[in-house]
Amino acid sequence: MNVTITVNGEKTSHEVEDRTLLVHHLRDVVGLTATNVGCDTSTCGACTVLVNGESVKSCTVLAAQVDGDEVQTLEGLAGENGELDPMQSAFREHHALQCGFCTPGMVMAATSLLRENPHPTEEEVRAALKGNLCRCTGYHNIVQAIMSAAESAEGAR
Amino acid sequence: MIPPKFAYRRAGSAEEAVSLLAEYGDEAKILAGGHSLLPLMKLRLAQPEFLIDIGRVHELSYIRGEADHIAVGALTRYHDLEHSELLAAELPLLAHASGKVGDPQVRHRGTIGGSIAHGESASDVPAVVLALDGTLVVSGPSGVREIPSSEFFLGPFETVLEPDELLTEIRLPRPASPGWSFQKLTSRAIDWAIVAVAVQGSSVGLVNMGSTPLRATATERALADGASITDAAARAAEGTSPFADRNASPEYRKHLARVLVRRGLEEAAGRAG
Ligand SMILES: Cc1cc2nc3c(=O)[nH]c(=O)nc-3n(C[C@H](O)[C@H](O)[C@H](O)COP(=O)(O)OP(=O)(O)OC[C@H]3O[C@@H](n4cnc5c(N)ncnc54)[C@H](O)[C@@H]3O)c2cc1C
Ligand code: FES
Ligand code: FES
Repeated sequence: MNVTITVNGEKTSHEVEDRTLLVHHLRDVVGLTATNVGCDTSTCGACTVLVNGESVKSCTVLAAQVDGDEVQTLEGLAGENGELDPMQSAFREHHALQCGFCTPGMVMAATSLLRENPHPTEEEVRAALKGNLCRCTGYHNIVQAIMSAAESAEGAR
Repeated sequence: MIPPKFAYRRAGSAEEAVSLLAEYGDEAKILAGGHSLLPLMKLRLAQPEFLIDIGRVHELSYIRGEADHIAVGALTRYHDLEHSELLAAELPLLAHASGKVGDPQVRHRGTIGGSIAHGESASDVPAVVLALDGTLVVSGPSGVREIPSSEFFLGPFETVLEPDELLTEIRLPRPASPGWSFQKLTSRAIDWAIVAVAVQGSSVGLVNMGSTPLRATATERALADGASITDAAARAAEGTSPFADRNASPEYRKHLARVLVRRGLEEAAGRAG
């Protein structure tokens, strides 16, 4: 079937097999490989992207299901000349990554959280990361990064 | 893992979904959020030839206050239930339990109708609907029927829904008693409940205590006969036959049911004031 998705603000249109998963579509067809496949069983969150602004696990969504929708991946966060978005900067600043495999999904989950809840408590941040596993950092610096991104967004307002 | 081949059809309305079901019959499955069905398909535990996507049938996504009940459209997502002001005011048990399902990503996709139609006894919301004495509204080729939730669940992944029927609405009577509680014990944060308990007044629903969601009938009867919370909760596992898995033995599940029902009834009584 033909699938038309606005990915990071640009309209894409491709003929795909009906059973194509969104994550494979993004990586193999659209050519955006920041989104990782970790568990492939909707557990780890490495494949998290935003659909119409909300976090979803793209290994458990068909490309066909988001035909006509807006999808945002990690590649869509940085500015035109490559300057990092505030959440990305906060992750860098707070050493919120080691191997970096979970990071694209973490950043997108965190972005979705702050859109829904701009001033989360630490407990709310931890609860919102339930669906994102990190094998390296122990989460502490990830939580710090998200708290600080929320604070700096507040300062900028 | 890529799901097995199927043909994708998108329904534009509930009526179209029902006629597509009639056309494709047993070979077809409804696709709502896909968060139960797609994982099963990846594992080849389900191999429908047709998927009928109702994801765009917006007329099935709503939460409405009616004269004597709250009506919830089958396609309403957990995320919308969790954040509904109407539910926060009138049915906080459902809003709260929805917020405890999976993780934010799962709640952005998963729907109340999918959870009920799937008929998994480890799911949270079916036991809530059972405790609230909900009614399921179903559309099929021969019209609409209303099924009490007490008659809906038959066994593991088995309900009275026929293959050509669409669940359209969940009706929840306004509770007579305001006290509520939802107690869910998981091994890790992301896990499903080992056991969970939904309490509204003196109605008690049990998650994962057998092959279907259940009511703790012995506890409810004891409460009606004037037993104390402690004595009534001690009977929470009567008549249940929970299974063993890597998280818990049947005996441990029975123990948890008794403890969580006691905590739930106490919290509900506290909230009722
Ligand atoms: C990582 C993860 C964690 C989870 N954790 C929990 C948890 O803690 N607690 C919990 O309760 N659940 C949990 N779930 C399951 C989640 O709640 C599912 O989304 C939900 O059970 C099914 O809803 P769905 O809309 O995704 O249904 P789908 O997967 O689209 O459909 C499920 C089944 O119902 C049928 N169906 C769907 N809608 C209808 C309808 N309107 N009429 C007729 N048939 C229909 C489908 O044909 C299919 O057979 C989890 C899922 C994942 C992936
Ligand atoms: S790859 Fe999708 S959740 Fe792990
Ligand atoms: S940084 Fe390695 S998995 Fe998170």
